[in-house]
Amino acid sequence: MTNLSLSARLTALANPKRFLDLSGMLLPWVGGVAALLLGTGLYMSLFTAPPDYQQGETVRIMFVHVPAAWMGMFVYGVIATASLMGLVFKHPLADLSAKAAAPLGAGFTALALFTGAMWGKPMWGTYWVWDARLTSELILLFIYLGYIALWDAIEDPQRAAKAAAVLALVGVVNLPIIHFSVDWWNTLHQPASLLREGGSGIHPAFLKPLLLMAVGYNVLFVWLWFLRIRTEIFRRRSRSLMLAKGAGL
Amino acid sequence: MSPAYALLKRDMTLAFRAGGGAMLAVAFFGTIAALVPLGVGADLALLGRIAGGVLWVAAALSALLSLDRLFQADFEDGSLDLLALAPLSLESAAAMKICAHWLTTGLPLTLVSPLLALIFNLPAEGYLALIGALAIGTPSLSAVGAIGAALTLSVRRGGLILALIVLPLITPAVIFGAGAVLTSLEGGGSAAFLFLAAFALGTVLLAPFAAAAAVRLNLAG
Repeated sequence: MTNLSLSARLTALANPKRFLDLSGMLLPWVGGVAALLLGTGLYMSLFTAPPDYQQGETVRIMFVHVPAAWMGMFVYGVIATASLMGLVFKHPLADLSAKAAAPLGAGFTALALFTGAMWGKPMWGTYWVWDARLTSELILLFIYLGYIALWDAIEDPQRAAKAAAVLALVGVVNLPIIHFSVDWWNTLHQPASLLREGGSGIHPAFLKPLLLMAVGYNVLFVWLWFLRIRTEIFRRRSRSLMLAKGAGL
Repeated sequence: MSPAYALLKRDMTLAFRAGGGAMLAVAFFGTIAALVPLGVGADLALLGRIAGGVLWVAAALSALLSLDRLFQADFEDGSLDLLALAPLSLESAAAMKICAHWLTTGLPLTLVSPLLALIFNLPAEGYLALIGALAIGTPSLSAVGAIGAALTLSVRRGGLILALIVLPLITPAVIFGAGAVLTSLEGGGSAAFLFLAAFALGTVLLAPFAAAAAVRLNLAG
């Protein structure tokens, strides 16, 4: 079958039964790799990486903060892609995967905000500075919360999936504009920036743990994501079983 | 009378006869603006500096006030089904509803804004910027708001969730709108105006399509 169309292949992979089989097989391995990567990355960033000549030991917060901020944005991209797939191919698994990813993205964004505040206290002398990146992250968190709330508010799951998908796509068009406007706003209100990250390039001693952590976060996300999709499939199945039982079938 | 004009006229009539019309939004706008000096103190220099930002936030909140009924009232009494069958695309219907919403909120708010700027002690060079920015920018509040209203039209008491969805998405309008007033006070360029106009044009152009898609998915099934 060489002339199998792309959508047919995607549909074959998107079969819930096949997804359950495949993800059930992969899940322990993905979890193991995530633990290994994050364990090594954390050890390197907390113990073997040298303290920064400017930031001192607080630079270690960066190894947790920066990948979390990346993941916050990356997961929104995943949701938008899954939403587009759900709208175009009308496949329930795409909708489920978008739903399952949202709390994870919100969690990563919240972690980035929390660690950013932790880093801000020693570096800026205050927990919160209206820095352009932090402000963008904060608005992203609210967008995640609105998306999750919309899923919860609409009772009919199919209608909720479509509405959430439209919102996710509106958000993905608007996010770069919001990011740009916040950057512009920041130059308007704070002409002199205190400290620019990455201005002088990153030393390899910092780059290695940072990359390890970034890959580790990604694998961790895939592990949790698959776990949540499976849970959601099982939840729907048990719900339809209960309904059938209640109807006396 | 074309169907689009008929719909616009109907929505305007409804807003003025049953919904309190423009007066409600204007009164709300004024009330929020009056609360701010009570909260931050009557320092006239400070108030003059934050006037643009406060009035923009107040405008965003006032626009939200009547949004949740934009499609919901028609959804509940079945006229939205008739609209979907009418010789008018849902996209045009959504555009007309956005237009009616702006005419009953954004436009009146723009018209009373000089009065509020007066009690906020806005310096004279800021007036034109404030009125211009509100006139250019408030259509984007109605446009993005209509998407949220269409998405939440089947949600009972959807007002809160509507606000949670819409407010983060309209941050660019608030930033550039308030920024336009601030740069005019500092004698800056017109960049904020241009960005605000671009955002408003983009949202007014694209929002009817997204809102119509959201209405359609709520009517199907």
